[in-house]
Amino acid sequence: MAERAEASLLARVRPGRGARVAAVLRRLAAMPARDPFAFAGLTIYAAFVLVALFADLLASNPPLEIVFTKAGRLAANLPPSAEFPLGTTNLGRDIYAQLVFGTRSALAVGLSAAIVVASVGTIVGLVAGYFGGWFDTVLMRIADMALSLPFLPFVVVLTGFLGASTWNIVLAVALLLWPNSARVIRSQVLTVRERAYIEAARVTGARPWRILFIHVAPNILPLSFVYGAIAIGWAIITEAGISFLGFGDSTSVSWGYMLQDAFSSQALSRGQYHWFGPPGICIMLIVVAGFFISRGYEEVFIPKLRD
Amino acid sequence: MRLVLERFLHNAGALLAVTTILFFMFRLMPGTPLAAYINDNLNADQQRLMLEMFGLDKPMWMQYFIYLGNLVHGELGLSFFQRRPVLDILLEVLPNSLILTLTGLVVAYIFGVLAGAWLAWKRGSWVEGVAVPIVLASRAAPEFWIGMVLLALLSFNLGWFPSGGANSPGMFYTSEWQRLVSLDYLQHLALPVLTLALYLQGLPLLLMRSNMLEVMHEEFVVMARMKGFSQWRIVIRHAARNALLPVVTAFALGIGISMGGNVVVETVFSWPGIGRMLVTAVANLDYPLAQGAFLMIALVLITMNFVADLLYGVLDPRVRHGRAG
Repeated sequence: MAERAEASLLARVRPGRGARVAAVLRRLAAMPARDPFAFAGLTIYAAFVLVALFADLLASNPPLEIVFTKAGRLAANLPPSAEFPLGTTNLGRDIYAQLVFGTRSALAVGLSAAIVVASVGTIVGLVAGYFGGWFDTVLMRIADMALSLPFLPFVVVLTGFLGASTWNIVLAVALLLWPNSARVIRSQVLTVRERAYIEAARVTGARPWRILFIHVAPNILPLSFVYGAIAIGWAIITEAGISFLGFGDSTSVSWGYMLQDAFSSQALSRGQYHWFGPPGICIMLIVVAGFFISRGYEEVFIPKLRD
Repeated sequence: MRLVLERFLHNAGALLAVTTILFFMFRLMPGTPLAAYINDNLNADQQRLMLEMFGLDKPMWMQYFIYLGNLVHGELGLSFFQRRPVLDILLEVLPNSLILTLTGLVVAYIFGVLAGAWLAWKRGSWVEGVAVPIVLASRAAPEFWIGMVLLALLSFNLGWFPSGGANSPGMFYTSEWQRLVSLDYLQHLALPVLTLALYLQGLPLLLMRSNMLEVMHEEFVVMARMKGFSQWRIVIRHAARNALLPVVTAFALGIGISMGGNVVVETVFSWPGIGRMLVTAVANLDYPLAQGAFLMIALVLITMNFVADLLYGVLDPRVRHGRAG
């Protein structure tokens, strides 16, 4: 009974779900023309996803296999050629193959960190913002604390001591990044909470958890997306930095592993730009794509930000 | 005054929390903290004696308060590997880190503020269309990778700068001060500073640009324009001064944040600073040294957060007179 009253009241104070979905889709479809930045970002992401999916087809050599020239000699420090588009490492490994397979570990790190950051941040932000009280105070104090830890040193200490694994890096990144999203989502919840249709739902006797997840949550999901997109880039950069410092997982080939390998094998003094250049450019592209998308989605989902 | 006290307590609380996290994090690490001292040659009694000597037989909560008490006295323990007080080791390298960070930030902020104001001026032109993506890209590049490219290009390829360290081997100085102002030191400093500045300039640039765009529409700027002041005078005297406020706060925060980021830059350039010290200590499982280095970085970060809070209050009257908390 209460739910039907709630529904009929809601129908009067806010547009139906179908209309809202259609509006969002319309704005998404108009995005390439209206926001070329966001479109470029999505294109970059799509390209990397394709490379990661078809890595086996794109690269013929396994990334850590030592290759030999046709004459049967170790193919070490070769410049770029038709056979090895980016040349080979000092130990005779195919740099192009490493770059292609590195896409997989980059996306794995980035996406898993993004999912954790977005979901933890969303749940904490929702609950703290909606219910308030001591629960809110405690959660926000924990968030303050996490934000006053120096980022990279914390990840170094955690992965250095817990062991060099990709998951420890994801864990460390997630531990430090959720407060940002939780705070912003919390403040958004504070304003959504006061809107007429929430008030209406409350008056009709809907239970708090139902209001929170059915009526409040959809309004802040776009923000979760934005913080997820930002976390992808952060996680990939952090993984690269940690691998560079020597605390990465040495069994999986990532872009950070490649940079560390190049750095410690004197690729810099030999001027092998084709070795240490591409991994850095890939990281840069994927992070820039995140910037572009978070900017674009903000405009699609939170129209008030549009001029 | 109430605001100052409140922010102080807030940040002091954060510092206490960080030291607490650190204490338990290091206690939960695999292996006993005495791994470097105790070996199989010692019999059980000797091992027990050793544990007592370091206070490790006491309950955890007691160890925690002893640890806090020691911290207040600046007692950070002995490094496992160097067998010297951690504080001495850290104070030796701290100046290098501070000089690197501050110089890098000053260069980045001078450039960023000027370029940001200029870009706001160029709003809507092709310059903006080219410059903004470049700035975004510079913020997206990994800090250590910028360092690697500069190192390969300017040091190995062109030979303009030394490739690492803070001083050439074999140099001798009569005092620490003389070392820091020597030409040799400055040459070694140049490349890490350039890396840091390139990486950091994006934030003040974008901040300054958006602040300028906002301020240009404020009433007092419109007023100045109506009074017939020249464009240049309006930009410098009226708009820029107000647009600068958030940038100043960002600068203070930047000191704390880049001290943490120095971990990678100092490693690329073998710069003997606190970040590199942390990395080597963790790699060597030198718990006391790692703990001390981490605390030192956290202390700088939290102090700078406090300074930024204060600056914000001093520079923006709305915060000072507004409600506290």
